[in-house]
Amino acid sequence: MDLSSISPTLLIASLMVAATPILLAAIGELIVEKAGVLNLGVEGMMITGAICGFAIAVETGSPVIGFIAAAAGGALLSLIFGVLTQYLLSNQVATGLALTLFGLGLSSLMGQSYVGIKPPQTNKLDIPVLSDIPVLGPILFNHDIMVYFALALVVLVWLGLNRTRAGLVLRAVGENHDAAHALGYKVIRVRLLAIMFGGACAGLGGAYLSLIRVPQWTEGMTAGAGWIALAIVVFGAWRPFRVLLGAYLFGGVTVLQLNLQAAGLAIPVEYLSMSPYLITIAVLVVMSAKRGRTSLAAPASLGRIFHASQ
Amino acid sequence: MKRRTILAGAVAALALTGTAFADGHAKTKVGFVYVGPVGDGGWTYEHDQGRLAVEAEFGDKVETVYQENVPEGADAERVITQMALQGADIIFTTSFGYMDPTNAVAAKFPDVKFEHATGYKRETPNVSTYSARFYEGRAVQGHIAGKMTKTNKIGYIASFPIPEVIRGINSAYIHAKRVNPDVEFNIVWAYTWFDPAKEADAATALIEQGADVILQHTDSTAPLAAAEKAGNVIGFGQASDMAEYKPSPRVSSIIDNWAPYYIARVKAVMDGTWESVDTWDGIAPGMVEIGEITDAVPADIKAEALAMEAAMAAGEYNPFTGPLNKQDGSVWLAEGETADDGTLAGMSFFVEGLTGDIPN
Repeated sequence: MDLSSISPTLLIASLMVAATPILLAAIGELIVEKAGVLNLGVEGMMITGAICGFAIAVETGSPVIGFIAAAAGGALLSLIFGVLTQYLLSNQVATGLALTLFGLGLSSLMGQSYVGIKPPQTNKLDIPVLSDIPVLGPILFNHDIMVYFALALVVLVWLGLNRTRAGLVLRAVGENHDAAHALGYKVIRVRLLAIMFGGACAGLGGAYLSLIRVPQWTEGMTAGAGWIALAIVVFGAWRPFRVLLGAYLFGGVTVLQLNLQAAGLAIPVEYLSMSPYLITIAVLVVMSAKRGRTSLAAPASLGRIFHASQ
Repeated sequence: MKRRTILAGAVAALALTGTAFADGHAKTKVGFVYVGPVGDGGWTYEHDQGRLAVEAEFGDKVETVYQENVPEGADAERVITQMALQGADIIFTTSFGYMDPTNAVAAKFPDVKFEHATGYKRETPNVSTYSARFYEGRAVQGHIAGKMTKTNKIGYIASFPIPEVIRGINSAYIHAKRVNPDVEFNIVWAYTWFDPAKEADAATALIEQGADVILQHTDSTAPLAAAEKAGNVIGFGQASDMAEYKPSPRVSSIIDNWAPYYIARVKAVMDGTWESVDTWDGIAPGMVEIGEITDAVPADIKAEALAMEAAMAAGEYNPFTGPLNKQDGSVWLAEGETADDGTLAGMSFFVEGLTGDIPN
């Protein structure tokens, strides 16, 4: 065993990459849930985004167009959920689960002819001078653009939720949709937009997997990342920066356990493989237990069906 | 699509049971069970090339069916049973984990021939096993890897702790060590044959620990993609040529060539001469091929590698030739002694110098 061969700098750099897909999906779901909608279809939207982005990037040769297509694909799929739950008043839990199953099937159908193909490469940003700074350079300034995009999105979501009128309306709709409705806010429109935002973010997260992290397309490649994103939103107590922490924690342990294995640590592989899930859950449970009331931070109307007649 | 074909086939088979068997089939029906998708560019891709070769060879006289992405375990038994019910005359099950399901189904369908790849159980007379001596190819890889590494660290993405994988690790290590005494192997057990995301993560972790050569015993091209992204890291095509990563990071490859075997076995079924056999062929009969060694490898190393390949093809060299010790230091093979097939088939130990334990 040679633990000194694990470089903390590279470890942090790669945990940021490993966490990005989950972070994107989780921050999208956070907005959805803040608007009072529980969409359990994150996994389905992620994998649909993964194949939409992959297919379009391969056909056009441009990863950027691929990412846009992934966001569009995810948003489009989430719109099905939106119409079903907001206009037809179907049960959100059941519809969300169905969306996941539908997304998994749809993506493998769409992906039939894309297995084993190499996507166009997304270059790292490689900012000159800055990326050459020892330690900080590789951690902060040597990633692909989506890593920064995800971080910027967290800040924007926080600002949007807490510092803008639109964010206030969104939270009002999520806390008490009847009151928001009485005040004249369009509850259903706000929720539909939030659902589509969540879908687009999940789609981007999926495309990050298929275009940058792996990069390849295979059926079921998200392998549960969507569920992790959902869990992180809850454990992160619906707060953007805590969601960021949860995603990095999960990404970090995922990367660390592989490094420990490669370094030959004498812990059975099975324990290492389950460690990211255990540690993420444990840490976030402890955190939300301590603060008492933050554990009750769920939006009050979460998962409740709204109809203007009530 | 495939699933639908199979369902339709199962219905048809139920309807036709009796009649179809009575007329003895106009066509010989050949089934294939794959562990990954045919487009994996590796293991399953090459088996599917073998299937296509069977179709090309016999034309109208055969009908082939296949199912991809079949999980190893209970699901496999269901899929194999369905193929047998559909009226397949011979079924090739192409992954180690199909060993028990294959034997279980074979016991229920004594008239159907079963061919299981890389396993060792032949419980009924209608089961054959076949495999290739991939470790001969691993020896060539190990040699190139040992010569090419600058950090003296070689990363190895292993799939499952089964004899075939352990043989590959040992063979590669022995030959890397022979040309570079300082070489070190870092092994990651991925517990999958095909999961690009996991394979990419494993490759990245190994590269971050300083490995500049990645050997893989998993089937996707993801580790090569990770090597390409890292730059200055080389790897090898696994099971298939993986030529899209030439000339670097893919500097060579092990190619499985199943076509001649599949054609011969289907022919045997047609002629009624099929018998249960245990086939284990290597470089000499052409079941294992070494893919083009690219110019990223210096000419002298390439010449040595080709010489080793030629020696194995001529039967003059066995990769497991003593003196060799086991990991615990005990003597395995004395000077000049070569390993017998029995030991190799059940290999469950590392050779001396490898670190880490084989997981259970």
